[in-house]
Amino acid sequence: MKTAVIVFPGSNCDRDAHDALLKVTGKAPAMVWHKDGTIPEGTDLVMVPGGFSYGDYLRCGAMAGNSPVISQLKDHAARGGYVLGVCNGFQILCETGLLPGALMRNASLHFVCRPQALTVETANTAFTSAYQGRSDVVIPIAHHDGNYFADSATLDRIEGEGHVAFRYAPGQNPNGASRDIAGILSDNGRILGMMPHPERAIGASEGGDDGLGVFESLLSAA
Amino acid sequence: MTDTTAILAHLQAVQDEAAGLEHGIKQDEWGRLVGRLERRPNLVELGIYSVMWSEHCSYKSSRRHLSKFPTKGPRVIQGPGENAGVIDIDDGQAAIFKMESHNHPSYIEPYQGAATGVGGILRDVFTMGARPIALVNALRFGSPDHPKTRSLVAGVVAGIGGYGNCVGVPTVAGETQFDEGYNGNILVNAMAVGLADQDKIFYARGATPGNPIFYVGSKTGRDGIHGATMASAEFSEGDEEKRPTVQVGDPFTEKLLIEACLELMATDAIQAIQDMGAAGLTSSSVEMAASGGENGEGIGVMMDLDKVPQREEGMTAYEIMLSESQERMLMVLYPDKIDIAKAVFDKYDLSAEVIGETTDTGRLVLTQFGETVCDIPVAPLAEDAPNYDRPWNEPPKRAPFDISKYPEPEDYGDVLLKLMSCPDMASKRWVWEQYDRHVMGDTMDSSQSGGDAAIVRIHGTNKALAICSDCNPHYVAADPYEGGKAVVAEAYRNLSAVGAEPIAITDNLNFGNPEKPNTMGYIVKAIEGMAEACRDLCFPVVSGNVSLYNETDGVAIPPTPVVGGVGLIKDLSKTATLKGAQPGDTLIVIGQTNGALGASLYARTVLGLKGDALGAPPPVDLAEEVRIGGFIRSLIQSGLVNAVHDVSEGGIACAAAEMALASGCGVTLVPDREPGDQRAEPGLFGEDQGRYLIAASEEQRREWESKGFMPATLGKFGGDSVVLETGWGVEGATFTVPLATLRAAHEGWLPAYMGAVD
Repeated sequence: MKTAVIVFPGSNCDRDAHDALLKVTGKAPAMVWHKDGTIPEGTDLVMVPGGFSYGDYLRCGAMAGNSPVISQLKDHAARGGYVLGVCNGFQILCETGLLPGALMRNASLHFVCRPQALTVETANTAFTSAYQGRSDVVIPIAHHDGNYFADSATLDRIEGEGHVAFRYAPGQNPNGASRDIAGILSDNGRILGMMPHPERAIGASEGGDDGLGVFESLLSAA
Repeated sequence: MTDTTAILAHLQAVQDEAAGLEHGIKQDEWGRLVGRLERRPNLVELGIYSVMWSEHCSYKSSRRHLSKFPTKGPRVIQGPGENAGVIDIDDGQAAIFKMESHNHPSYIEPYQGAATGVGGILRDVFTMGARPIALVNALRFGSPDHPKTRSLVAGVVAGIGGYGNCVGVPTVAGETQFDEGYNGNILVNAMAVGLADQDKIFYARGATPGNPIFYVGSKTGRDGIHGATMASAEFSEGDEEKRPTVQVGDPFTEKLLIEACLELMATDAIQAIQDMGAAGLTSSSVEMAASGGENGEGIGVMMDLDKVPQREEGMTAYEIMLSESQERMLMVLYPDKIDIAKAVFDKYDLSAEVIGETTDTGRLVLTQFGETVCDIPVAPLAEDAPNYDRPWNEPPKRAPFDISKYPEPEDYGDVLLKLMSCPDMASKRWVWEQYDRHVMGDTMDSSQSGGDAAIVRIHGTNKALAICSDCNPHYVAADPYEGGKAVVAEAYRNLSAVGAEPIAITDNLNFGNPEKPNTMGYIVKAIEGMAEACRDLCFPVVSGNVSLYNETDGVAIPPTPVVGGVGLIKDLSKTATLKGAQPGDTLIVIGQTNGALGASLYARTVLGLKGDALGAPPPVDLAEEVRIGGFIRSLIQSGLVNAVHDVSEGGIACAAAEMALASGCGVTLVPDREPGDQRAEPGLFGEDQGRYLIAASEEQRREWESKGFMPATLGKFGGDSVVLETGWGVEGATFTVPLATLRAAHEGWLPAYMGAVD
């Protein structure tokens, strides 16, 4: 699998994304600088990493969503390429319109970093197939704006079409997200945005290893 | 339009002694200044002298005492005197770290004060070529009942998180305490730890004449220009408006600055580098000049202030030199590398300008609008700063604490609950869940497990650093010498408890007004106690910061010399934490229990005592600390423990309760004394130093015994309660606290206090 990681000014999970992709695919991803970088031809997966692009001084992800590299990202998505947006990356994907909805400030108004119990809603996707037979996982979160919101019609549609990939475990919603949504898929199932950080849960650290499944699923899909 | 003639006249006006006083230059210091300069200074020069000779920059009250600290050791590469300390962590790698206070700004404006504290300490570390890999914070607030405390906690925590989370450096450890002694002066001490290759360490020293001086980062604004007395220096006649003196942080720019500096450092473009911290462009340029030259003989600096990137119009040389705008760096480049440097900073859209050059004159020469506004020798600024031997009084000795004066508690279970939920001991989850602890992917253990020290892997290796911060100000107040020893010894224990070799510390000495002999006595004795511990434990000081004048209305804070400790774990498979206890494990205490309750949490929280009534603190036997610390590390190395925890505040009972909470496995404590003997509080809650609790399986214990170790057993892990047995078969002498109840009390206090129960 050929992968790339977009790096915005203020991205700070780009190295973690790099390391996770290297660990699972055995090949280092291309690191693509937002200003003048190029997503290499033949890339299967583009990861939009977490962090604070442009400081999140404007609405989270709004600046990055208009960055020069985004047109290449959209082209990649239009070709049916895989895209994984984590945390700030999820926010950016919503800002670009590649995913529906928006991420608002956490209901508590506080930044929250904790090991988060999740429910894998479906193992029938390119991002979650490795979780077959295993619906409860713990993946760390770390965000200030993870409160997923969309209007009811959109939420009904996403749910109806099986495009909710992850939910916060019952009673453990950390940010007030609508219907406990932690991660959603695009209509074609090839774009996943999620607030939890699978790249921080690839083994041998406090984050555990429950995030590996996301990358392993992609490896077998691509 | 800027009236340059008027500005220049204002800047070049010769100053008198009264103006010196307004700048905090005392009478005798004025005489010294004029004597060395052989004339009176103009306004710019006076401003520069005043900041360079300030307590903050010159350490004039503490310098002669700080020299008592041991600063060398087999692993010390750079001790105090540079931006941060540097230690050897094998394989050609170095850890670079420092702790620094941002107390006063955080009290005035908690969010920005704390945020810029984090930003400043990060710059100290990456200035030296290190990628920051961990942040730690030691926070002290006033009484929870004080009307300002809640908002200060909220603001400081949000500020630390807002900055640290954004720059993408994990905040892995820290401490948060409350005491009415901090009602008027909170303490915000931030520590950063970075990682560098030993052959890629950058210093402020070593710049040679004839090279370009390069300014990078944010533009210079009027923020942080020093304080209240300075209104007359603003150049709008009759305008008494005072700018706020707290700087505003921009963590996004800091993140870019980190990446840009590290990228440039990978080339051979930089000869010397210094961040612009306190006193901004003044201290950075003066320090680089003073330590310049091939042999440190000092060089000169010439800067054209019109070239300094400025955020506001009409700034004067005075303002530019004294601005404390954040996220700025000053470098001396090799002349043929300017284009390379500019390209790197252009990539990150950061300001970067050549603003002057190094010279061989030994003078600091500044021009603005084409005229010289400052021309003074560098050496007196740095070397001739005052160095006071402040008078000090021997701190009074307190009588030993006598528990027999106080009634024995009726219900030890209630006591345990009270201690575990009191403000100092209660879980600080509300705080650390607001900090990103996992970014960079190398956090092995953090505040999350409530352990003694955080463990952060060296990226791409099987090594790790153990990092902790410690201070028990109640011990220092009770006896600064023994208390100073205890501060260092606790850091040593915390690192040993996770299996790390303690290497070095950074210190952050927070005290009141050094001009008061009683306060100065605590400063002197605490430093001497700490220094003795550092020597005996081979645990040198490699960097640090002194924060004095933490006083409001004549009342000083409790003496609070905080240390940040760093240790090396050579093999990540050989560590321990407090959370590994298994049902059936034996609870073992290593170290001597005498039942010292002086200055203890029990005496403060349960008996409600204050001041002298708290008695003397537990003494520290440094030789025992070394012996037992080494023993603990060897047990961890040999895999003969399931969990280890240092015994500190709240004694054995609280330490065991913390182990039980962390592992989710209950524990029963049996009395460690003769039947019918004495009372139970000293054994359960005494704070004798040099002790560790261990959980070991039967198999591990057999190994111990086969090696001849027959330690005292204190109880057994198992069940779902903490059980305190306080007598031998005595009716009613067993107290049971279910773990769920204990956890609710321990976790509940802070969120309830902050009104933020999820």
